[in-house]
Amino acid sequence: MIAILLRDMRLAMRAGGGFGLGLAFFLIVVVLVPFGVGPEGELLGKIAPGVLWVAALLACLLSLDRIFALDFEDGSLDLLATAPVPLEGVVAMKAFAHWLTTGLPLTIAAPFLAVLLNMPDQGFFWLVVTLGLGTPALSFIGTFGAALTVGLKRGGLLLSLLVLPLYVPTLIFGAEALRRGTLGLDNTTPLLMLAGITAGVVALLPFVAAATIRINLR
Amino acid sequence: MSLWEYANPKKFMQTSGIFLPWFAALAIILFTVGLVWGYFFTPEAENFGSSVKIIFVHVPSAMMAINIWVMMLVTSLVWLIRRHHVSALAAKAAAPIGMTMTLIALFTGAIWGQPMWGTYWAWDPRLTSFLVLFLFYLGYIALWEAIDDPDTAADLTAVLCLVGSVFAVLSRYAVNFWNQGLHQGASLSLDKEEHVNSAYSNPLYVCIAAFILLFITLVLMRTRTEIRSRRLKALLARERMG
Repeated sequence: MIAILLRDMRLAMRAGGGFGLGLAFFLIVVVLVPFGVGPEGELLGKIAPGVLWVAALLACLLSLDRIFALDFEDGSLDLLATAPVPLEGVVAMKAFAHWLTTGLPLTIAAPFLAVLLNMPDQGFFWLVVTLGLGTPALSFIGTFGAALTVGLKRGGLLLSLLVLPLYVPTLIFGAEALRRGTLGLDNTTPLLMLAGITAGVVALLPFVAAATIRINLR
Repeated sequence: MSLWEYANPKKFMQTSGIFLPWFAALAIILFTVGLVWGYFFTPEAENFGSSVKIIFVHVPSAMMAINIWVMMLVTSLVWLIRRHHVSALAAKAAAPIGMTMTLIALFTGAIWGQPMWGTYWAWDPRLTSFLVLFLFYLGYIALWEAIDDPDTAADLTAVLCLVGSVFAVLSRYAVNFWNQGLHQGASLSLDKEEHVNSAYSNPLYVCIAAFILLFITLVLMRTRTEIRSRRLKALLARERMG
C-alpha cells in the first residue's frame, strides 16, 4: 500500500501530473478576487476566510479526475482491483496521495495568500488548522466522486456537479470555524464538526468508493 | 400476495395500468377541491393578507420534494439489495418530479417571501437546504443521463443516492448552524402551539393529499414509460440479431 502511495505521488509530481496546477489555480483565484470586489483592505479582510476556503475547494476539485482516470485508461486500475491488496486500501491510499499532493500544499500556501487578502493576524493560525483538518475530507469525498465517474468519457464536468453539493457541509464548518477564529470568537463547535466530518469521511468513503469502482469495472 | 410480486415488470404493468386512471382522477378531484377551497373559501389572514394562500402550493410541494428523495432512497436500497429493475426505474422516474417539486417550492417561496420578508431570497437555513437539495437532484439526474449501461447506471445512481442522503442531512444541520433564519417553523405538527389555524389546515390537508396522488400518478406513468422503452430496446436488439 505504501508502494501505491509513493507511485501515485511520483505520478502526480511528474510533468503533466497537475501537481503545481492546483496551487497555481489557488493563487490565481485569490489574486482575481480583489480585482472583482475592489482593493479596500477592510472588505477583503472580512471576506478572506470564505474566499480562501472556496478557492482551496475549487483547486482541490481541479485534480480529482486524475485520481482514477489515467489508471482506468491504461488498465492498471484492473490490476489494482485484482491485486491481493484490498481495493478499499488502494482507494484510501490514492485519496491520501491526492491530499498530500493537493491539500497539504494548499494548506501551506494559504497563509501567504492570506496576506494578499489582508487577513487579520489571529486568523493565520486558524487558517492552517481548518484547512489542514478540512482538506482531507475534500480529497476523500472527491475520490468517491472520481470513482463514480471513472468509466465516463467526459466525466470532468459531471464530477464537479456531483462532488460540489457533497462539499457543502465541509465548506460551511471549515469556513465558519475560520471566520470565528479570525474574529477572535470561540470556534470549538464548528472545528469539532469539521474534524468529525473528516474522520467519518476518511473512515467510510473508501469502502463506498471501492464498491463503485467494482461496479464500474464490471 | 406480497409486495415483491410487483418486482415482476409484467405484473407491475398490469396492476399499475388498472390503478393509474383512478389515481389520476382522484388527484384531479382533490386538486380542484383543495385549491378552490383554499383560494376562495378561506379568510384572509391578519398581517398576511391574501398572500397566505400560496401556502396551499408551497407547503405540499416542499413536503413532496423531501419525501420523493426518501422514496428514491428506499427504492435505491431495494435495487441494491434485491436487484429488482422496477425499483431502480421507479427511482429514475421519481427524480425529475422531485426536482420540479423543489423548484416549485423555491419559486412559490420566493413569491411569498417578497411581500412578507421584503426579499425574494434570503440565505435562510430552509431556503438554503432546499437549494442544496435541488443540486443533489441535478447531480443524480445528470449521472443517470451520463452512463450508457442501464445496470451500471442504476448501481451508481443508487450509491450516489445513499451517500447523497447522508450528506443532505449533514448539510441541513450545517446550514442550520451557519445561519439562523426568517422562515417560520413547521406549519403542521401535533404541537398545537405551532399549528396554523384550522381554517387553513383543512384545505391544506386536501392539497397535500392531491400532491401525493399527483406524484403517484406521475411516477407510475414515468415508470411505465421506462419499462416500455426498456422493452423496446430489447426488441430492437433482438431484431438486429435475427
